[in-house]
Amino acid sequence: MDKIKTIVLKEWAEVFRNQLVLFTVVFMPLMFAAIPIGILFTTRGATANELMSQVPKGVSELCPPGLSLAECFQVYMLSQFMLLFMLTPLMVPVNIAAYSVVGEKTSRSLEPLLATPITTYELLIGKNLAAVIPAVLATWLSFGVYAIGARLMISNPRVVAALFAPVWLLAVLLVGPLLAILSVNFSLMVSSRVNDARVAEQLSAVVILPLLVLFFGQIAGIVLVNRRMMLILSLILAALDAVMLWIGTRLFQRESILVRWR
Amino acid sequence: MIQTEKLVRKFGTTVAVDSLTLQVAEGEVFGFLGPNGAGKTTTVRMLTCLIAPTSGSAVVNGYRVGRDDRQIRRSVGILTETPGLYDTLSAERNLQIYASLYEVESPAAQIDKYLHMLGLWERRLDAAATLSKGMKQKLAIARSLLHEPRVLFLDEPTASLDPEAAHIVHDFILELRRQGRTIFLCTHNLDEADRLCDRIGLFKTRLVAVDTPARLRTQLFGRRVVVHLSQAEQGLADSVARLPFVKSIQVVDNKLVLDVEDPESNNPALVRTLVGLGAQVQFVGELRRPLQDVYLQFIRNA
Repeated sequence: MDKIKTIVLKEWAEVFRNQLVLFTVVFMPLMFAAIPIGILFTTRGATANELMSQVPKGVSELCPPGLSLAECFQVYMLSQFMLLFMLTPLMVPVNIAAYSVVGEKTSRSLEPLLATPITTYELLIGKNLAAVIPAVLATWLSFGVYAIGARLMISNPRVVAALFAPVWLLAVLLVGPLLAILSVNFSLMVSSRVNDARVAEQLSAVVILPLLVLFFGQIAGIVLVNRRMMLILSLILAALDAVMLWIGTRLFQRESILVRWR
Repeated sequence: MIQTEKLVRKFGTTVAVDSLTLQVAEGEVFGFLGPNGAGKTTTVRMLTCLIAPTSGSAVVNGYRVGRDDRQIRRSVGILTETPGLYDTLSAERNLQIYASLYEVESPAAQIDKYLHMLGLWERRLDAAATLSKGMKQKLAIARSLLHEPRVLFLDEPTASLDPEAAHIVHDFILELRRQGRTIFLCTHNLDEADRLCDRIGLFKTRLVAVDTPARLRTQLFGRRVVVHLSQAEQGLADSVARLPFVKSIQVVDNKLVLDVEDPESNNPALVRTLVGLGAQVQFVGELRRPLQDVYLQFIRNA
């Protein structure tokens, strides 16, 4: 456990000295919180008919009964942007995790590290947590900012309640961390197989694509995210994370990483 | 302390290390010499369990490679070819990380000890990137010693260091030898090997020769004595050549250069003979061939 903690603290000490990474971890999630707040702010004065004309028909299913059209639009807006909080845990750790192994290769610090009694499992868990924890905290922080901002913009408490609907709490509190773990595992796998940090970042970004499909699917009204879907997604992600960690540990072959690296 | 038996490592069809059989005794400084690409680093990596042998066996510090890898990693120290420090972190933080990974019992005390011993104390809070090459190398050596390993693998410890920094590292290696640690030293620096090593192994994919530097010299070139005279003449040389232990003799300026069997026992008789012949002896010494000559002779013939 101490070795895992050492790796986590080492990764943070190194990675957060890089201002670009710090910017990505802090700025991007805050931007994801600011955009929907800004949209809520600018649409406050619009009429209900104007607003609802832009909304896909199936969206009315999301509206709790008894809400006005304008309030229904606000619920729609909130649900659209909730997916951003699932994008954050996917995107934020990529920068940290993608550089994690390949960075050690380029600085030649991997060989002395692998010569210590640390196990592959301890090393990967340490590197995993070092990327997952900031991503999850950043997601929760931006969700908090968003929740406070939205509360100030919205007068009807029932609309605010929709913000904290179980489906979105599930999304932010459970699916978010699971997505972060998935993203990090994938990035670590890529990072241990390539020799260039830029290649690692580019390849790792691929993991975001499925969620973008979901995001744009929802905007287009093709997909409607609900609690059942989120529960199924959680189960799939949990299983996928376990499988990815298992594969990652097996793919992380100390020998080939050292020998192939020049 | 280190024992290998027909150790082989192949990369595809390329044989990097071929049937290496070797013993390094406890407390010995063993020099592992060979050209670039000879397989020295591969050997060190096998012995420190970073890569696995293709065949053969090795025992380090009583533990078998491939079976007791974690115990080996725990009980040996390694200085890799490049220091591999965390450049953005301070010297002290670098050591703290490794003290934790090696489960050092009193990390702060050990870190302080080696920072002082290697003259890094004043720079302990500076980022590793800001240290000179010599200091980085010393920091990497400190890192490899934090857990007090009895066996130490040093891969090119003075490569790219200036003479002063190299001298400090040499002195430190001698200090480690005094402490009775076993040191496996990979180096290109033949003077370094000559000065520091009890025995050397000349290696080019396979072990070409292994012995003390002195015995390797004798094996190739015999032992040569040089006698400085106030005046050397051929007639004097001809008389000396009749002595039974003299294999050959040359006159070079005012010096006699002789190949003899055993200078320690032959020199008194040689000096007596020269004085008897009326020669004025100024100095007598052994003419040591540079280790480079030995190295080149063996490696070229390998």
